[in-house]
Amino acid sequence: MKKNLLFISCEEAFEICDKSQYNEATLWEKIKLNIRYTWCQFTRAYVKKNKKLTKAIKASNIQCLNQNERQALQEQLDSQLKNLMH
Amino acid sequence: MPDHQINPNKWIDLYSDYLFNYTITRVNDREMAKDLVQDTFFAGLKSMKNFKGEASERTWLISILKRKIIDYYRKINSNKGKAEVRMSFVSDENEGDWLEERVADPFDKTAEDTLEIDELGDAIYNCLSKLPEKQATVFKMKTIEGMETETICNELNITASNLWVIIHRARIAMADCMQKTWFK
Repeated sequence: MKKNLLFISCEEAFEICDKSQYNEATLWEKIKLNIRYTWCQFTRAYVKKNKKLTKAIKASNIQCLNQNERQALQEQLDSQLKNLMH
Repeated sequence: MPDHQINPNKWIDLYSDYLFNYTITRVNDREMAKDLVQDTFFAGLKSMKNFKGEASERTWLISILKRKIIDYYRKINSNKGKAEVRMSFVSDENEGDWLEERVADPFDKTAEDTLEIDELGDAIYNCLSKLPEKQATVFKMKTIEGMETETICNELNITASNLWVIIHRARIAMADCMQKTWFK
């Protein structure tokens, strides 16, 4: 097996870690990340930081407007603004 | 010259999500939260002349929103005496889904827990407001709205690898900001 199939760069490890926060990393990617995790302190630090952020976001249960709602709000505000100008 | 300027054209981009999250954690009703945010913006437009620029635009809008939320609760409370006990179905689709079953268990969380969750949400939005616009948009769509990668890429006309680069930068900035303001 070629070395680069198992050994990935820090940047690749970070990207896999990011994908993994959204359950979008494949099993193979996770294996590669785990191998790097065992010996790379930067990867370990990044994984720890990233997981902490994910946990906080999940715990906060924050919500936001979707694109359509935001657009509708923008249109209503624009029309109010126009009325105020006249 | 005032320390802060007012610019209603930027309100939706800069503050709508923050105000919405602030409201929904306090009124627990998406439609009502949207209405209250809209009312806040309208009230802000009408009283723009009163903006002295001593506080930031966001602080000023939040102070208006707080009054709107208080008014909303006052209105509910004044209607309470007249209210009937309604045990109705929510809709045809949710047949059998009684309103009272849909209310979250109040004993699940203590008041302190709820307050901490609200504050955590505020802290996240504070950090989010410091991100560059594109990073904040992608981060919100992916992380808060939970949209599919492909959908975001199509909507914003970016590639998947581009998306992950943006997400990566946003996550680093968010984690650093949260480290300073919340995890410390």
